[in-house]
Amino acid sequence: MVRSLLIRGMIAGFLASLLAFGFAKIVGEPQVDRAIAFEEQMEQAKSGGHEHDAMPELVSRDVQAGIGLFTGVGVFGTAVGGLFALVFAFAYGRVGTLHARATSALMALFGFVAFALVPFLKYPPNPPAVGDPGTIGSRTALFFTMIGLSLAALAIALFLARRLAARIGVWNASLIAGVVFLAIVLLAQWLLPEVNEIPDQFSAVLLWRFRMASFGIQAILWASLGVLFGSLVERLLEDRHGALRIS
Amino acid sequence: MHASTTIAPTIQPVSIPVRELLPWAIFGSILMLIAIYFVGVEEGAAAVFNSMYVHEFVHDGRHLLGFPCH
Repeated sequence: MVRSLLIRGMIAGFLASLLAFGFAKIVGEPQVDRAIAFEEQMEQAKSGGHEHDAMPELVSRDVQAGIGLFTGVGVFGTAVGGLFALVFAFAYGRVGTLHARATSALMALFGFVAFALVPFLKYPPNPPAVGDPGTIGSRTALFFTMIGLSLAALAIALFLARRLAARIGVWNASLIAGVVFLAIVLLAQWLLPEVNEIPDQFSAVLLWRFRMASFGIQAILWASLGVLFGSLVERLLEDRHGALRIS
Repeated sequence: MHASTTIAPTIQPVSIPVRELLPWAIFGSILMLIAIYFVGVEEGAAAVFNSMYVHEFVHDGRHLLGFPCH
């Protein structure tokens, strides 16, 4: 059963990543290209307008924006789908009487908020030319710390909601859990250090567009994962009920 | 007899026992996290291989997926 769920999760994740790739290609790539153009301009200005000798590119821009982007988004989507399926395997039948499709949709919403939205608000994605290579280590650590704290807040909120639901009802329990989640996340975001390495001359509009493209990619990925996975496993889990009733 | 019970009998979702789930959860999540590591982090903040090929190859995806790239 878990094996079938895992495989379906990876398939759903891959299919979701195809949609996300389409969006990334059409909406995201133009912003990346503009940011790289800005980066080259800055480098030329710094070297005093010299024709700086073309460094041999390890991977061409075409590959980066094509098969490279496809691979990156595809592998990410497939892996997120796999993890999603494993969490689903635990959550299914343990969140009240929610059925497969509703469980999947709810999980995708929570996953998007905790895994994508909360880190996005504290450490938003940056296009090329933004960010000092010297701080990549600390920025990466902070980014994953934020994800970890966000997931911990989600776990605490869910645990609380379950405990309270029996006593004060699902609605009130959910409200309290939501407030607790928000409080933990806000506290974490307030305590974690700020990162601002945007060059002074970098276009605000370009930065906004890049970040909105990145936001859209995550939203599309999670939304379609939640819907696709639910549809893919519904039959499987219903058959299992049938088998259980017969035996 | 209610019509609704004959048309759509309510089935309680049956959870999967943790014992059955655990081995899959451990090995599956390790595998998935390694995949995410290679897309998001390899040859940026940390490196298994001593080149920049993986970084450069997934460069655009890494930026657009929101990972700190360089």
